[in-house]
Amino acid sequence: MNKITEKFYLSENVVRIALEAPEIAKKRKAGQFVVIMTGEKGERIPLTIADSDAEKGTITIIFQIVGKTTACLAALNAGDNISGVQGPLGNPTEIDNFGTVVCVGGGVGVGVVYPIAVSLRKAGNRVVSIIGARTRDLLILKDEMKKTSDELIVTTDDGSYGFHGFVSGVLQNLIDSDEKIDRVFAIGPVPMMQAICDVTRPYKIKTIVSLNPIMVDATGMCGACRVSVKGETRFACVDGPEFDGHEVDFNLLASRLRMYLNQERESMKRCRCGKDER
Amino acid sequence: MKGKKERETVHRQGMPEQDPKARIRNFDEVPLGYTEEMAVAEAKRCIQCKKPLCIGGCPVDVDIPGFIKLIAEGDFIGAARRLKEANILPAVCGRVCPQEDQCEKICVLGKKGEPVAIGRLERFAADYERESGNITVPEIALSTGKKVAVVGAGPAGLTIAGDLVKLGHEVFIFEALHKAGGVLVYGIPEFRLPKKIVEAEVDYLKKTGVKIITNTVIGRLKTVDELFEEGFGAVFLGVGAGAPVFMHIPGENLSGIYSANEYLTRSNPMKAYRFPEYDTPIVRGKNVAVIGGGNVAMDSVRTALRLGAENAYIIYRRTEVEMPARIEEVHHAGQEGVQFKLLTNPVEYIGDKDGWVKEMKCLRMELGEPDESGRRRPVPIKGSEFVMDVDTVVVAVGTMANPIIPATTPGLETNRWGHVTVRDENGETSRRGVYAGGDIVTGSATVILAMGAGRKAARAIDEYLKS
Repeated sequence: MNKITEKFYLSENVVRIALEAPEIAKKRKAGQFVVIMTGEKGERIPLTIADSDAEKGTITIIFQIVGKTTACLAALNAGDNISGVQGPLGNPTEIDNFGTVVCVGGGVGVGVVYPIAVSLRKAGNRVVSIIGARTRDLLILKDEMKKTSDELIVTTDDGSYGFHGFVSGVLQNLIDSDEKIDRVFAIGPVPMMQAICDVTRPYKIKTIVSLNPIMVDATGMCGACRVSVKGETRFACVDGPEFDGHEVDFNLLASRLRMYLNQERESMKRCRCGKDER
Repeated sequence: MKGKKERETVHRQGMPEQDPKARIRNFDEVPLGYTEEMAVAEAKRCIQCKKPLCIGGCPVDVDIPGFIKLIAEGDFIGAARRLKEANILPAVCGRVCPQEDQCEKICVLGKKGEPVAIGRLERFAADYERESGNITVPEIALSTGKKVAVVGAGPAGLTIAGDLVKLGHEVFIFEALHKAGGVLVYGIPEFRLPKKIVEAEVDYLKKTGVKIITNTVIGRLKTVDELFEEGFGAVFLGVGAGAPVFMHIPGENLSGIYSANEYLTRSNPMKAYRFPEYDTPIVRGKNVAVIGGGNVAMDSVRTALRLGAENAYIIYRRTEVEMPARIEEVHHAGQEGVQFKLLTNPVEYIGDKDGWVKEMKCLRMELGEPDESGRRRPVPIKGSEFVMDVDTVVVAVGTMANPIIPATTPGLETNRWGHVTVRDENGETSRRGVYAGGDIVTGSATVILAMGAGRKAARAIDEYLKS
């Protein structure tokens, strides 16, 4: 059992919660994730650790309401318990002083790229961040990203805030402006990560992506999260979750993510979490 | 008492079972268990050899004639307690041990007729005790003040914990998943081993004072070295061989293709067969091919049937003779309508436009010269390629060691397969105070062999802590 100590809506469907998990809070590093179960009949879902407070013994996770489990999690409040948190899992981000790094976050992916940006800044990098969302109301962690970046560029698909367009377009402009970029970290929806990799590939700028395939045990036991990297099958849970984006088969990732679409819809339709209050 | 001659003429008591037609519609247990009368009749078949061979066939040295005599006398609780002196999981072992290759194989009665049904009697006594609620906790020795960390709550870990706690040590089991039981929980289906039985055996262990900490991945949350820093005097690694093996053939990552570990984990502990009451989904395929011929393959294919498959196939590259699965499992699968495609090997999967598996390309095989395992090597027949329609595939061709612990424990030696190297049968590793046993040492084997390894390591750790 782990108690929720804080809950905050970052946007209409993106939620930040802090959870009691003292040992994980002490141990976790940027890039790692946890698996949570909301209750006995729940499923195991992986969520990246956005932040932690070792003194308070809490970790922070940021998630988008996309299905039943996230809807139920969002319906809980400070003081409520969930049945379990397992972690930290996955390999930490490789952090070094690379020089100038660009951290790109799309949608809820900003929550994942945020702790990486914090660590990169601490390691002495010049951090340029590009964050984007479909529209102004869905932008998250703008202030936090601003604080941890030397430069922050904000985009919206509909132009309702900041640059009008996609994060990939902004990155292209940055490259065209002769900014010397040593490494790119791109986290967000699959098409966004793919687009970023397409932008950086011709310039051979190493681009790290964090993959979010479906997982069950998340300890290397089941292979649900297998992805193809450089033509080889890897498990995102133990070999990743971060990989060189130029070597990732994004089409396979996207099609495997759709495997349970029908069941996910059915589950969501039956779920009452959050629906009654609206 | 009957005379010796009369006794031998009594036939081995058959096991009542759920009808195959009914049982492929549910996940309830298939064998129903002996009645008291059947158990007593079967127990009386045991001739109580002065030098019983059967005990030598048991990896944990159960006093087999002893517990059977108690059943014959009607003291079922006494029989269960006698079993538990040597075996902390009798209700489990009575169900999943390969008795036909162990105790029953060398039972004297088996030489001329049928051996005593030792496994069924073990199950009967354990079930009787559990259902009676008349469970007593064994005597615990005075506290030694020593702490032992057991990594993995599977058969090896549960056994060693039970033994060490009785000797007065403080025992903590660290389990990666949210439930204790290891393969008993994630691997073996409900219809072969009801989960309430595993829960009862785990609860019993907790009553003896063992502390079970779930959701804790050693190597990630804390390393083996950090366990020593926290004051543990010894560490036992019983983490199993949990990593799935794939065949690395084209199309293996298409949607609808599972490892047996994933398929069974979704169905067993996550209870996907009760979706949407439980949240974890599973694909309910119509044409399901399970690749492999072991117990895990049988468990998977019988799960597929229960999930509503119209055609459930076993695809195995050798013949039934070489199948590693227990005869009983193959028999049950056959009764339930599983179709065996033997001397057949998949070479490629073909997907539809959405990336979902729709066809499997196979080759027919023939048996050639024996290989290093002693079994005749399957050789592909030229030009024998054919295609089968499938919408779900479960790859059950084996498992290998999970690398998390070796990768995070400096100085822990492993062999070329990643299995932890031990110095002797006590499970001593290359690291002082670190012991290992079960599948992480041997590679995939049986529940009872892992328990035997746990038992031997318990004695060794006890001596190590006292020295």
